[in-house]
Amino acid sequence: MIQFVLLISRQGKVRLTKWYSPYTQKERTKVLRELSGVILARGPKLCNFVEWREYKVVYKRYASLYFCMCIDQDDNELEVLEIIHHFVEILDRYFGSVCELDLIFNFHKAYYILDELLIAGELQESSKKTVARLIAAQDSLVETAKEQASSISNMIAQATK
Amino acid sequence: MALSGMRGLSVFISDIRNCQNKEQERLRVDKELGNVRTRFKNEKGLTPYEKKKYVWKMLYIYMLGYDVDFGHMEAVSLISAPKYPEKQVGYIVTSCLLNENHDFLRLAINTVRNDIIGRNETFQCLALTMVGNIGGREFAESLAPDVQKLLISSSYRPLVRKKAALCLLRLYRKNPDVVNIDGWADRMAQLLDERDLGVLTSSMSLLVALVSNHHDAYWSCLPKCVKILERLARNQDIPQEYTYYGIPSPWLQVKTMRVLQYFPTVEDPNTRRSLFEVLQRILMGTDVVKNVNKNNASHAVLFEALALVMHLDAEKEMMSQCVALLGKFIAVREPNIRYLGLENMTRMLMVTDVQDIIKRHQAQIITSLKDPDVSIRRRALDLLYGMCDVSNAKDIVEELLQYLSTADFAMREELSLKAAILAEKFAPDLSWYVDVILQLIDKAGDFVSDDIWFRVVQFVTNNEDLQPYAAAKAREYLDKPAIHETMVKVSAYIIGEFGHLLARRPGCSPKELFAVIHEKLPTVSTSTIPILLSTYAKIFMHTQPPDQELQNQIWAIFNKYESCIDVEIQQRAAEYLALSRRGEALVDILAEMPKFPERQSALIKKAEDTEVDTAEQSAIKLRAQQQTSNALVVTDQRPANGTPPANHQLGLVKIPNMSSNADHNSTDQGLSQENGTLNKVDPQTPSPDLLGDLLGPLAIEGPPGTAVQSHQTEIPGSGGDPNAVDATAIVPVGEEPNSVQPIGNIAERFHALCLKDSGVLYEDPNIQIGIKAEWRLHQGCLVLFLGNKNTSPLVSVQAVIMPPSHFKMELSLVPETIPPRAQVQCPLEVVNLRPSRDVAVLDFSYKFGHNMVNVKLRLPAVLNKFLQPIPVSAEEFFPQWRSLTGPPLKLQEVVRGVKPLPLAEMANLINSFRLMVCPGLDPNPNNLVASTTFYSESTRAMLCLARIETDPADRTQLRMTVASGDPTLTFELKEFIKEQIVNIPVAPRAPGPVPPAPPVAQPTSPAAALTDPGALLAGLL
Repeated sequence: MIQFVLLISRQGKVRLTKWYSPYTQKERTKVLRELSGVILARGPKLCNFVEWREYKVVYKRYASLYFCMCIDQDDNELEVLEIIHHFVEILDRYFGSVCELDLIFNFHKAYYILDELLIAGELQESSKKTVARLIAAQDSLVETAKEQASSISNMIAQATK
Repeated sequence: MALSGMRGLSVFISDIRNCQNKEQERLRVDKELGNVRTRFKNEKGLTPYEKKKYVWKMLYIYMLGYDVDFGHMEAVSLISAPKYPEKQVGYIVTSCLLNENHDFLRLAINTVRNDIIGRNETFQCLALTMVGNIGGREFAESLAPDVQKLLISSSYRPLVRKKAALCLLRLYRKNPDVVNIDGWADRMAQLLDERDLGVLTSSMSLLVALVSNHHDAYWSCLPKCVKILERLARNQDIPQEYTYYGIPSPWLQVKTMRVLQYFPTVEDPNTRRSLFEVLQRILMGTDVVKNVNKNNASHAVLFEALALVMHLDAEKEMMSQCVALLGKFIAVREPNIRYLGLENMTRMLMVTDVQDIIKRHQAQIITSLKDPDVSIRRRALDLLYGMCDVSNAKDIVEELLQYLSTADFAMREELSLKAAILAEKFAPDLSWYVDVILQLIDKAGDFVSDDIWFRVVQFVTNNEDLQPYAAAKAREYLDKPAIHETMVKVSAYIIGEFGHLLARRPGCSPKELFAVIHEKLPTVSTSTIPILLSTYAKIFMHTQPPDQELQNQIWAIFNKYESCIDVEIQQRAAEYLALSRRGEALVDILAEMPKFPERQSALIKKAEDTEVDTAEQSAIKLRAQQQTSNALVVTDQRPANGTPPANHQLGLVKIPNMSSNADHNSTDQGLSQENGTLNKVDPQTPSPDLLGDLLGPLAIEGPPGTAVQSHQTEIPGSGGDPNAVDATAIVPVGEEPNSVQPIGNIAERFHALCLKDSGVLYEDPNIQIGIKAEWRLHQGCLVLFLGNKNTSPLVSVQAVIMPPSHFKMELSLVPETIPPRAQVQCPLEVVNLRPSRDVAVLDFSYKFGHNMVNVKLRLPAVLNKFLQPIPVSAEEFFPQWRSLTGPPLKLQEVVRGVKPLPLAEMANLINSFRLMVCPGLDPNPNNLVASTTFYSESTRAMLCLARIETDPADRTQLRMTVASGDPTLTFELKEFIKEQIVNIPVAPRAPGPVPPAPPVAQPTSPAAALTDPGALLAGLL
C-alpha cells in the first residue's frame, strides 16, 4: 500500500502531501525533512527506488518536481513508478502541459485529481479518460453552484434596489 | 497558467512566492494566520465562499510546513454544508489536515454516514473518499455495513462502487472484524465478474487484503482470478482506455497475481495449466523496449510473474528460466531493472534450491557492490549475504572487507555485522575467522559492536589450537600505529590471556608485551583501562622468573590507579596490587579463563530476531523467513568446539529452551545496553575478567570446571529467582528441536508491566499477548490481546487463570481458534481481597501445526497496582508516623545488595511503584519519605507510609521503614519494595546479605557485572 505521496520541488519546497497512514504533524514534518534530504541529493541515472526506514520510496523527477510515493517493502516498485507517471499524465491532460506553477496556484485541483486516482493508498482508476470525465463533472458542479449563487445575489440586489 | 479561481488565495500564494527569504515568508504567513483566525472567530459573518477560501489558505500554510493549530473545526464543519462546493472543500481539507486519530473526526461521523447512505451520488463519492483515506476504527465499526451495500449493489454507478471497494479495504485494515468472512466470500467472487475495470481494480486490492488474512475462505476466487489474468494477458475484451502504453492494465495484472500468491497452491489441474501458460507467456514475451513507461509497466508485470512462479514452486525448467532472466537483469544498464533483479534474486535464493545457478553470477553481483547507487549496493550486499555458504565464504567475506574501507558510513555497521556473521557461520578454519574479525576491527572499528569482539574472544578461549595464533596476530596489530580502541581491547585481552604462549618469539617477552600494550594506555578511554589493568596483572603473573623492573613498573601503575576516580578502575587496581603482593595466590586467582559454555552467537541471534521482526504479509516472505531461520539454526550447531554441549547440560530438564531462553536474555541485554538504557553507570565498561563476570556469584564455590556445571544445574531449582522461573516457563509438549521459543525476555516484560499499564506480556513467532490494564481502587480490568501473527489460524487456544487466594479473578471466554493475523481481546476482571505479593499466573496454550505450545506467564496484577499515591504534608505525616509504633504495624529492615542509584533516580523508582515521594519532610536530605493509599476489600483504603534512609557512601544498602494500619499490608509492602529495589539480575541468589566472598577474589562491582561481556554473550546462563 502507498503510505503517503509527496511532491517536492528541487529547492525542497513542498507542493503536495497526502498521507494514507496516520502520521502526526510532527512526524510529517520529520518525514518531509528526512526524505527531501535523501531524494534531492540523489544524482541522475540512479534507480528510482530508495530504501527508507522499513519502507521504500519510489520517486521520479519531472522537470523541477519530484513525485514520491512511499510503499511497503514487498510492494511492486515498477507498478508504483507507473502510478506516478499515470498521475502526471492526468495532470498534464487537465492543465494542458502542466508545470510546477500550475500545481502551486491550483494545489487544490491536484488534490481533487489525486483523490480520483488513489484511495486508501491503492489505485482506484487506471483510465485517464474516466478520471478526466469525473474531474470535469466536479468542476461543472462547482460552476453551476457559483452561477446559482450569483444569480440569487443578483436577484436580491435587484429586489433591494 | 491557470489561477486558483479564488482571487484572495492566488494573491496570498503570489505574496508567499515573492518573499525574499524565510523570515519574510514567516511574517506573511503569520499575518495571514492572524487574519484567518479573526475571521473564524465571528463565523456568522462569513459567506461559504470566504470560509472555503480561508480553509484552503490554511491547508496551503500547513503544506509550507507551518503549524496550523486552529481552524480544524471550520474545515470539519464544511463537511455538513448543504452545497457541493463547500462540502467538497470540507472533505478534502479535513482529510489532508487531520489524521485518523483526531478527535474532531468523530464529530463528523454522523454527517459522513448520512452522505454515504443518502441519494446524492456526488456526496457519496466525497464521503467514501475521505473515509477511505483517513477513516479509523470508529468509522469502521459504524460505517462498514453501509459501505458494503454500496459496493455490491448494482444500482450504484461504478464511480461510487470503486470508491466503496477501497473504502471498505481501509475499514477492513482498521478492523478485520467488519468483514464477515462467511457471507462475504461469495460476494467477493461475484465482484470478480465485474465488467467495469475501475471497479475490478479496486475490488482486486480489497481481495489482496482479504486473502492475505484468510485465503481459505476465498478459494472460489482463485479460478476467477486466473480467468481475469488470462483475459488481460491476451488482451481480450479490454477497453482501449484501460491499456497503458499498449499493455492491458498492468496494475490489475500485478494485483491479480498478488492475490494468487496468497493461495498456498493451485490444485485444479486445468486452472493450473492455464495459469502456467499465462506465466510462461509473460516470462518469455517481455522484451526490453525503448519507451521507458512501456518498459516499466511490462517489467512490473514480469517481476510479479516471477514472484508468482517462485511461489508456486514450478517445475525446474521454469525456475531456471527465471534465474536466467534475473541473471540477465542484474547485468543490464537500466538501474531499476538491475535493482529489481538483485532484489528478486535474493528472494529466489530463499524459496528454492537454485543456489548453485545463482552462484554463477557471483562476479556480477560483486560488481554491483561497487555501483554508484546506494540502493543497488544495499541489494547486492543482501544478496551476497544470502548466497554465502562454505564454498564461497572466503571470497565473499574478503570482498566485503575490501568494500568496507570505501563503503558509505550509513552502511558500515550493517556491513561489518554481516561480515562477522558470515565469517563465523562459514569459516573454513578458525584462524581465518580470527583474521577476518581483526581486519574488521582494524578497518571499521567504530562500526564493530562489542558483540563482535566478545565473540572472537570466546572462540579463542574455547580453542586451544587457536590461542598462539590469535596472540601472535594481536601482537602484530599492536605494532601498527594508531589502532582503534576496540583493537586495543581485544588484543590486550588476548595478550593477557595467551601472551605467554608466544614466549620464545622475538619481541614477545613479558617486558616487551607489557611495553607495547602500555604504550596505548594514554590513548584509550576509561572503559578500556580496566582491561589493560587485568592484562598487566596477567603478564605480571606469567613472568617467570619474576622481573624486578617489570614488577616495579606494574606496581607503580596499580598504585597510580588505586586512587582513580573511576570506581571500576580503582577497585581493580587496588585488588590487583594486593593480589600481586601475595605471590602464590595470584596464580590461582588469575588462572587462565575456562572454556565458555557453547551457546548460540549473539550476533546470529540478533540477525535472526530482526528477520522475525520484519514479519511481512506475503506468503513468499513468510516462507523465506522460515527457511533462513532454519538455515541459521542448523549451521549454528556446527561450531561445537570445546566441551560438547550435552556434557554440561545434563542437569537440565529442557535443554533447547533453557539455552535459547538465556540467549534471548543475553541478546536483549546486549541490545538494551547498546541503547544505553540498561545501566547508565558505565555503559561501556566490559570487564576484562570474563570468567569472573560470567560465573559471578559462583566463582567462590569451587574450581571453574565444576562451577560451570553447578551454575547451570542450579537454575531450574532456584525457585526464588524470578528470572529463572521465567526461563523454565516455556514448556513445549513436543520435544522438537525447533519448538516455539519466546521473543524477548519474559521476565523483563513482566517487570516492565509491573510499572506500567500496557505493553507486551509475551511474544513468540506465532502469537503476541499484549496487556492493557485499568485500575480503580481495589478493582482492575486487564484486557489480554491475543494476536495471531501467522497466516494460518492458531487452534486449541486455552487460557486458564490461576489466581492466588487474595484475588477474585474472572476471565471472559477465550475463543478456541484465533484466525490468521487477527487479534482477540479477553477482558479479565480482578478484585483485590487483601494485601499479598502473590501473583496470578496465566496458563496459556495453543497448537501450531503439530506442536502444542504451553506457557505459564505471571500476570502484572501486583501489589502496587492497588496503590494510589497521595501527597501528605508534614502536619499529616508525623502524627500518623508516630501513632504507628513498631512491629507489626511498622517494620524496619536494612536492605543490602540494592541496585545503586543516585538519590533522584531512587525517588523516581519509588514513585513508579505508585508511592509518592514527599520531598522536604525528612530533615536529612539522604532520606526519602513516601506515602500512598492501598485498596483492598479487607483493608479498604489504607494509608501507607514509608521512609528510606540511604547511605551516600554506600548506595548498595539502605534502611527501610514501612508503616500502615494493617500488619499484613505493612509486611507485604515492605517486601514488595525490597524485591523491586534489590538488583535481581546481578545477584539472583543473594538478594539479602552480600555473599561472604573476600572482595579480592572478584574484581567485580555490581555495576561492572551488568555491562560485562560475559553477560552480553551469555546473559543469565
